[in-house]
Amino acid sequence: MLLKRLIVCLDVRNGRVTKGVRFKGNVDVGDPVEMAKAYCENGVDELVFYDITASAENRPCDLAMVARAAQALSIPFTVGGGIRGVDDMRAALLAGADKVSLNSLAVLHPEILTEGAKAFGRQCVVLGMDAKRVEVSETIPSGYEVVVRGGRQPMGRDAVKWAKEAVERGAGEICLNAIDTDGVREGYELNLTQLVSETVDVPVIASGGAGTPQHLIDVLTTGKADAALVASMVHTMGYTCAGIKAALREANIPVR
Amino acid sequence: MLTPSTDGGLLLFMINILDYGAGNLTSVRLAFERLGTTPRILTEASQYQGGRILFPGVGSAASGMAGVKARGFDRLLQDAIKASTPVLGICLGMQLLLSSSEEDGHTEGLNLIPGVCKRFDRAKEPTAKIPHMGWNTLQLNHHPLFDGLQQNDAVYFVHSYFVMPNNAEHTLATTQYCGETFTSAIGYRNLCAMQFHPERSGAVGARLLENFLHWNP
Repeated sequence: MLLKRLIVCLDVRNGRVTKGVRFKGNVDVGDPVEMAKAYCENGVDELVFYDITASAENRPCDLAMVARAAQALSIPFTVGGGIRGVDDMRAALLAGADKVSLNSLAVLHPEILTEGAKAFGRQCVVLGMDAKRVEVSETIPSGYEVVVRGGRQPMGRDAVKWAKEAVERGAGEICLNAIDTDGVREGYELNLTQLVSETVDVPVIASGGAGTPQHLIDVLTTGKADAALVASMVHTMGYTCAGIKAALREANIPVR
Repeated sequence: MLTPSTDGGLLLFMINILDYGAGNLTSVRLAFERLGTTPRILTEASQYQGGRILFPGVGSAASGMAGVKARGFDRLLQDAIKASTPVLGICLGMQLLLSSSEEDGHTEGLNLIPGVCKRFDRAKEPTAKIPHMGWNTLQLNHHPLFDGLQQNDAVYFVHSYFVMPNNAEHTLATTQYCGETFTSAIGYRNLCAMQFHPERSGAVGARLLENFLHWNP
């Protein structure tokens, strides 16, 4: 039986993992590769490294870090942030990443999804999508709008329609981040996750809002997600991957 | 031509990774380096000087097969199997060992294991996602490569096609997905192949690769 995946996301800023804390800015949490190794030993199924300053600095994600991660890790990992085209994707994959996450670039230049899938196979191409709840309208029938730049810039496009289009163009997986619930720790956006998961025929990773193991249980059952992504729960809130897995197992969710 | 490893010792444990342009070999190479061995990457069959053969690959069957032939790896693999050299196929490297694949219309394989390669059919399970991506469990037959593993150990898969060997005895492990119980490991004598990625399957995968290093079929 295919198992549900627990994924830990590491936001990397200037080579260090940071976590945004309200009113305090970004707090240093540790070395990304050392943290990743510890999560790996503690039972995480997959990792995402997100270079959050790469885009603003107009550089590709930190390839030296990707290479270090590839040396150390025996489980799959995705890298994102700063990808400007197929050449940056190739560099990240050759450094040892299993998949590359495309976010703003895919919204602005959707042909990158097709080019990436053609060059490396769709299994390497993850669409990272930020979506925000809005009024239902003719252009946004689902009531969820695609946004970029951390939610600051609305794109006037329907999130569910965009998910479908992105998969048709070549995305092999969708990492769906709900802006409204992100960082709030009161649970994932179940309705949005379910809508997208039932619309596309590729795996959907739910992101944004995890605060307790029950939130993961909810999004993996009601939300129909294939995987649940966590960050602060394990970085700063004291939960462990093994503990979360145990809770999922207790709820009869098949996990490794 | 195969060069028999007359010096015994180290050469027996040398790993040769076949690079035929089908995807990225970084993670396979690094997985062996974590086990303390430095594999040789071969881009032409003529570079082979003896030792174990790892036949990896991701991508489509037709372009993979073209790459295998262009570099002379079809003959190398045939000779290696006759010469009792341990050979391990991974993912596309497994699928190309079969007689043919439905991928890209119809692609002739190496025919080292009689059988075909078929695509998962969502009609059998409409909610299943394709590719089959993520951790799934193994139901294992007895095989030296599985030493130290347990029934239902989980390993990492990424694929849309699966193999159907003609001879049921060639199936070494099975896995359930999309309405199928499919062959997730296959082989006979000195040949073994896996649909999943041991190089990405944590401690279980590392144990499989370590078993391959010490396998004397």
